[in-house]
Amino acid sequence: MLLEEYIFAGFGGQGIMTIGQFAAYAGMIQGYDTAWIPSYGPESRGGTANCNVVISDDVIGSPHTHSPNGVIVMNAPSFDRFEPEVRKGGVLVVNTNLATQSSERSDIKAAYVPCADIALEVGNEILVSVVALGAFNALKKVVSDENMEQAIKWKIPQARKDLIDLNVRAYYAGKEYLEST
Amino acid sequence: MSAQRVFMKGNEAACEGAFRAGCKFFAGYPITPQNEVPEYMSKHIWDHGGTFIQSESEVAAINMLMGASAAGARAMTSSSSPGISLKQEGISYIAMSELPCVVMNVVRCGPGLGNIAPHQGDYFQATRGGGHGDYRTITLAPNSVQEMAQFVYLAFELADKWRNPALVLSDGTIGQMMEPVDFSEMPYVEPPDKSDWCLNAHQEGRERHLITTIYLLAEDMAPVHERLVKKYERIKKAEVRYTDYMSDDAEILIVAIGSPSRVARSAIKAGREEGLKLGLLRPITVWPFPYGVIRQYAESDRVKAIVVTEMNWGQMVEDVAMAVSGKKPVHFVPKHGGLTFTPEDMLEPIRAIRENPMNPETLWVQT
Repeated sequence: MLLEEYIFAGFGGQGIMTIGQFAAYAGMIQGYDTAWIPSYGPESRGGTANCNVVISDDVIGSPHTHSPNGVIVMNAPSFDRFEPEVRKGGVLVVNTNLATQSSERSDIKAAYVPCADIALEVGNEILVSVVALGAFNALKKVVSDENMEQAIKWKIPQARKDLIDLNVRAYYAGKEYLEST
Repeated sequence: MSAQRVFMKGNEAACEGAFRAGCKFFAGYPITPQNEVPEYMSKHIWDHGGTFIQSESEVAAINMLMGASAAGARAMTSSSSPGISLKQEGISYIAMSELPCVVMNVVRCGPGLGNIAPHQGDYFQATRGGGHGDYRTITLAPNSVQEMAQFVYLAFELADKWRNPALVLSDGTIGQMMEPVDFSEMPYVEPPDKSDWCLNAHQEGRERHLITTIYLLAEDMAPVHERLVKKYERIKKAEVRYTDYMSDDAEILIVAIGSPSRVARSAIKAGREEGLKLGLLRPITVWPFPYGVIRQYAESDRVKAIVVTEMNWGQMVEDVAMAVSGKKPVHFVPKHGGLTFTPEDMLEPIRAIRENPMNPETLWVQT
């Protein structure tokens, strides 16, 4: 049985909610049941925000995940909060531009990615979370890269083709960074 | 996987359900966690020939709804708990006027301003009328984004069928989450013709239509009450809806609605792997409540205990206890303050209940 539970966390404005929707949508078109839920409190207007994504080949119970097997942390407070929550055998992607901590756990797979640097190279710092998603999915491989591209095209209006291209490039830049290190 | 699935939020799916049901009027006021409803309505209702008004208050919105409904339109409002409290006066008037409309409550944690986390503290309010006077509202409890759309769609149908307000009792989780939705079973329909009773301005030769809630003489009011009570009795007979999961051989029956019913499903699967014979009974209508089917489970020799899980201090459990009538122990497993259940939160007390069906830790005792 497939049951993927992700938490993506960072500052409000980093694109955390958006990459969660990319992953959940990509999972849906891959044929799975998926659910996405944001932290919709005042934190979504600044401060630390997060979203939960569940991808399963069975009917999904709670969309709230308490034991994620995949986590992206885009800043230091998110690292402190969610690094201990990663399920044994799970994946942790850390944006080293804002989170300088290292995990001392040996029972998870941690990847350290300078997401902001890579996003700037691609062309815009707002792509920072998409870079992280590329790296994350290179480890997870639950949904295909093609379906992630479809998700980017679903979420961003067709009129902003320039933004679609940038997001796709950022996604692959993250993936390539991970695969080359 | 065959049908076209759209990925959207529960609050947005509710609006799509409304459009497909022919909703032509929406009035509302912002409050988290239902803000996507007026947001989506304000963007899209015009494409369906409808009108959106951001009212000056919740009270204004429900009274605009009364006007739109009296004029014959399919009309809807939504809010979250504190806002729904403000609407109660209007809902009472609408119920007494026997006007159809749909009111959605994306429940957050109360009382008072509370917080914006998901909760189920408005169950009593939704199922007992909610405002002043003696009335009931048909109340549907969705547990998925799909059902947000489906139950709003159904609520319009039931509201018109019975000329009664219909409520959709959701919660913050279901409103805020995104999931795949399939609209293929919800074709666009034309709103029904209501010219035989609605206030459609003076027409040459037609009889006067009167919509009122005031009957000053008790002798005049009594037959109106009688008619309403008879209507509610007919609704109770005709409209009870529920669904179940693995309950055929269950020794412990969980009763849950809304987002906790999703967690219950996961708990049942996990529990069965360790030999706990669990099943779920999920009311879809919480008014009328499925007393009959729960009574049947309680009378079965197989069922040892009934467990109610709610995100409140115990509301639906009273309806369940009424249905069970002391035939089996009823247990209550709550979650407070806006916290959400994990499957283990349910399984731990259930293990203790299997060891001792009268376990006082969770036993629901009416005091």
